[in-house]
Amino acid sequence: MNTPAPDTHFAPRHILGIEGLSSGEITCLLDAADGFVALNRGRQKKSNSLQGLTLINLFFEDSTRTRTSFELAGKRLGADVINMSVATSSIHKGESLIDTAMTLNAMHPDVLVVRHPHSGAVQLLSQKVTCAVINGGDGSHEHPTQALLDALTIRRRKGTIGGLVVTICGDIAHSRVARSNIHLLNTMGARVRLVGPPTLIPPMIERMGVEVFHDMKKGLEGADIVMMLRLQLERMHGTFVPSLRENFHFYGLDADKLAAAKPDALVMHPGPINRGVEIDTSVADDIDRSVITEQVEMGVAVRMACLEAVTGTAATTPAAKPKRKKKARS
Amino acid sequence: MNGTERIAFINARLVDPESGTDAPGALMVEDGRIADLGPRLLADGMPEGVKTVDCRGDVLAPGLVDMRVTVHETSETHKETLQSAAQAAVAGGITTMAVIPGLNQVIDSPAQVEFLIARGHETGLIDVYPYGAITRGAEGEALTEMGLLAEAGAVGFTDGPRALADADTMRRALSYGTRFGLPIIQHPEEPSLAAGGQMNEGEISTRLGLKGIPAAAEVIMIERDLRLLELTGGRYHVAHVSTAAAIEVIRAAKARGLPVTCDTAPPYFGLNETAIGEYRTFAKLSPPLRAESDREAVVEGLRDGTIDAIASDHLPQDPDSKRLPFAQAEPGAIGLETLLPLVLELVHGGALGLGEALAKVTSAPARLLGVDAGRLVKGAPAHLVLIEVETPWKIKEDQLVSKSKNTLFDGRPVQGRCRATVFAGRTVFEAAH
Repeated sequence: MNTPAPDTHFAPRHILGIEGLSSGEITCLLDAADGFVALNRGRQKKSNSLQGLTLINLFFEDSTRTRTSFELAGKRLGADVINMSVATSSIHKGESLIDTAMTLNAMHPDVLVVRHPHSGAVQLLSQKVTCAVINGGDGSHEHPTQALLDALTIRRRKGTIGGLVVTICGDIAHSRVARSNIHLLNTMGARVRLVGPPTLIPPMIERMGVEVFHDMKKGLEGADIVMMLRLQLERMHGTFVPSLRENFHFYGLDADKLAAAKPDALVMHPGPINRGVEIDTSVADDIDRSVITEQVEMGVAVRMACLEAVTGTAATTPAAKPKRKKKARS
Repeated sequence: MNGTERIAFINARLVDPESGTDAPGALMVEDGRIADLGPRLLADGMPEGVKTVDCRGDVLAPGLVDMRVTVHETSETHKETLQSAAQAAVAGGITTMAVIPGLNQVIDSPAQVEFLIARGHETGLIDVYPYGAITRGAEGEALTEMGLLAEAGAVGFTDGPRALADADTMRRALSYGTRFGLPIIQHPEEPSLAAGGQMNEGEISTRLGLKGIPAAAEVIMIERDLRLLELTGGRYHVAHVSTAAAIEVIRAAKARGLPVTCDTAPPYFGLNETAIGEYRTFAKLSPPLRAESDREAVVEGLRDGTIDAIASDHLPQDPDSKRLPFAQAEPGAIGLETLLPLVLELVHGGALGLGEALAKVTSAPARLLGVDAGRLVKGAPAHLVLIEVETPWKIKEDQLVSKSKNTLFDGRPVQGRCRATVFAGRTVFEAAH
């Protein structure tokens, strides 16, 4: 029996999270991103599919790589790109969030890329604007383009995502990257394990379809992919791990612990990496195992694919015109 | 004119939760008080000069007593004043309410108690009874002048939405408070476990990436207080219980004979944490909406009498306080106008009989507060509600009287509504047909 080919049409107007995306939609984005990898590696990196469109990067939280990545992605597609960094310290009242959104919306951008320190804030903002919104990371909730770039990296290296054992290690509790990856990897048929101290594993996360380990070597046994996360000290109030050296002793990735994984297991990290805190330098720089810089490269390609998808400009999805029938709620 | 006004409510189904009466009959009001009532009253004809109200077989019950209403009388008056709250209350069949101030205001001096009582009288619609704070500024340290507050008319002591965290202060509050016979009312939440928490801790908080408040935060505070109560005596009341564990502990304490009582509010038996959906800030409450198993335990606690009373937990918020990222939004929901239909859900759903359900919002809270209300007896104030028990309708936020519209029951189909509300013999609300 033939299983039907996945529907590779991408319909959503926004990309607010991985949760709710189908495997067909994810595949569609990854396929499109694959095409941009070659473009980005050439000398002439410009395409003009977003020519005349405006992209605003609206960041309520510090970011270097995500903002730069979106900026490059937009510029390579020919869009006009504006960066707005709003210091969170000046946002005492959330009216500012909605007011900022409405103000920017009045300037008719085509895409808003938004990062915000509070979970759900990007979704709230998306209800108030008429343009497409891409979530650049909201609180501890989701960071969809990070999960997509991780998936692209894995797929290009391993050929597939389905059936792989992926172990995500570290500060799961505060991580939006972990949540988006759990949704994506489960949707694509991978087996997801989590490793971390009990204080950094959020309650009932098993219900999201993961296995939890507190012993890192056990969690790494037979893993195809090892994803390391940094400790998000800025989101921690109180002691979650007693010291960085104790954390490294039990949950830092070094050659010894990595030996428990498959010999060809890949090491990933969304960055920024903290050497000696969650990952040993020898592992981070091991060109046979670490794909950390490749993830950064894939990031630009994935974001180009996302920008085309939400603006309906992708050559492969002519039907996907942005839907504007819904008036923004005031 | 001899100055005596007499009104007869005829063809009524008289329901007095305290005596267990549920029978057809009539009720006579004279000078704002219940002059007489019963199945045979006026059976021999109507005396002259009596105004009659035909109840057409609907339930005539004591006006509702709402034991926890937040008003912003002297602070955020754009959200609600005593006047607007009173109008919303009578639209919901409530004729007595005990009030706590908003978060930024505290009732810790006798003058404030007197002020709120006076403002309540000015409404002419409802009896208003303020609570006094347990600690000065509700800061959890120095006790207020509890005796003077009681003499001024406070019906109990509470630091409102703040838990009294310090064990020694709670011990002394319980101990000193026994002298005045008024309840010490706790917001049951261990603050260190709830710090930064946005919703119930569990699968949904993990999925949404919101910091959770564990159910244990509630029962830990209650268990501690019950140990203190064993030392001190006095009266201890737990506000808005929301978890199965807390109800179990209170049930056991009551069985041991400890002087503990508690209440809950409609969100905790009418909804669970899934109402938050995708960051719906209207469903952000304190304590938070809990798991379905907790909701079921609240219903069981009401059924077996562990939970004495139901309060509306009315907490008005304006759109600017709610249209925010979830972590920044204010907690709370309005409830005055939806209290009665949601309590009746328990009746229609078979959990409670009509008399039992109405007792939770009439005689039980009146007894807890020591106020003369919540009963259909000769000589009692004629605070009455006429209830169409079966009438189906849909809660719509834009039809609510309250200044703030932050209901979390918008669109909910309910059965049973307040047809008319009578305060001291005067009809202060009549439903449109």
